Amino acid sequence: MTFSIPSNPLPRYLLQIADDQLVMGHRNSEWTGLGPILEEDIAFSSIAQDQVGHSLAFYEILHQTYGLDNPDQTAFNRPENGMLSSWLVEQTIGDYAFSLVRHWCYDQAVALRYESLAQIQDSNLQALAIKLRGEVKYHTFHAQTWMKSLLQGSEESRLRMLSALKEVWPLALGMFEAWPGETDLMREPGSQGHPWYPGEKNLQDLWQTRALESLASWGVEVEALGLQRMEPVLGGRQGYHSEHLAPLLEEMTAVFRLDPQAEW
Amino acid sequence: MVNLEPTSPDTALGLQGNIPQGLSPVLQRYWEVLDQVPDPEIPAISVVDLGIVTRLTVEEDGGVRVVLTPTFAGCPALRWMEKTVQKALLEAGAPSVDVQTTFENPWTSDRISEAGREKIRNFGLAPPPRRRPGCAGPDLEALAQAACPRCGSQNTSMKSPFGPTLCRSLHYCFDCLEAFEQFKPL
Repeated sequence: MTFSIPSNPLPRYLLQIADDQLVMGHRNSEWTGLGPILEEDIAFSSIAQDQVGHSLAFYEILHQTYGLDNPDQTAFNRPENGMLSSWLVEQTIGDYAFSLVRHWCYDQAVALRYESLAQIQDSNLQALAIKLRGEVKYHTFHAQTWMKSLLQGSEESRLRMLSALKEVWPLALGMFEAWPGETDLMREPGSQGHPWYPGEKNLQDLWQTRALESLASWGVEVEALGLQRMEPVLGGRQGYHSEHLAPLLEEMTAVFRLDPQAEW
Repeated sequence: MVNLEPTSPDTALGLQGNIPQGLSPVLQRYWEVLDQVPDPEIPAISVVDLGIVTRLTVEEDGGVRVVLTPTFAGCPALRWMEKTVQKALLEAGAPSVDVQTTFENPWTSDRISEAGREKIRNFGLAPPPRRRPGCAGPDLEALAQAACPRCGSQNTSMKSPFGPTLCRSLHYCFDCLEAFEQFKPL
């Protein structure tokens, strides 16, 4: 099992997006059968299905255009240090508050990435980003609905959401870790002539501004919570992971490893 | 029953049927064959009605090439549909069939034909509202006011944007006091 991380910035960036979606989808699928109410069980399962589908679409492009192995091999036959997903997505599901806050933080960031990717010059990637952006709109809509309800619900729901926010935030900031090749990609002209990829720092600022605005509108005292002073948890984009990724990969690839060449 | 659906004239596909006009007899026949291939999740409508067939061509050697595009990227029925499309065309006499799936012409719910929308309604689902001109992506405000497929009432509420399949949302009608599902706009 060897894997070399693409040295070209664009495929590396796409791989980061794909790996996040794959791992996030796998984690979200763990709510299947366990959701607090039936509708939420279905929602997390559907979102998981979307996310695995999105990762497949990117792995397919990485295979067809950038010479990576086929999607099954790329997804299921890579050493842990070849995975470029962030620490946020590999964490265990925790309680429902944790999973919900993570879902909200994560999908808001995905929406921004797709928004930017929709301005790339490559027409295939552009079409894909526009398509996937529409699907993610349902994710952010779902997350916002519950964030608002639970932050404005009972005292218990509010306290649990605030506690989850403090736990998730440093991990969420880690989604915007700097990566090698980033500055090159930031110079690439998009379909409108100007660069399409703003870089991680700018994405993070945009994400955080919007997120804090939403939280304030739901009655959260953002200053007191101290989110702006938190430090990001880094490592994922360089292939360094928490103790939670290895067992997840072990489980996720168990069936694949029974017969790596099987036709599905 | 009053038709309360908003309509918009800004889509080329999906207004009448989804079979292109002025085809050669061979192509016409192949399109008609595909118009008999059901969507596995809503078997009342065909893959042609659904708008997922984006291209059908016949090569010089008679081989048929079909391009499909998924409704939702994570649609689990996609491989099944590729195989069923291939089988249907081979049975109709095509010497060889190549089916590709791409996002080149990405699917939106506006690609569902008028006939397909009627079939979706008869199947018991609310068809997706058409996009308002200028609205990028799915119009989630419209989702909240789906017309009940039973009584046509718009006195409804969305219970969840996620339903039993990726392409359906859950709703409740306050007039007939029944739950219903909508084919989601995308």
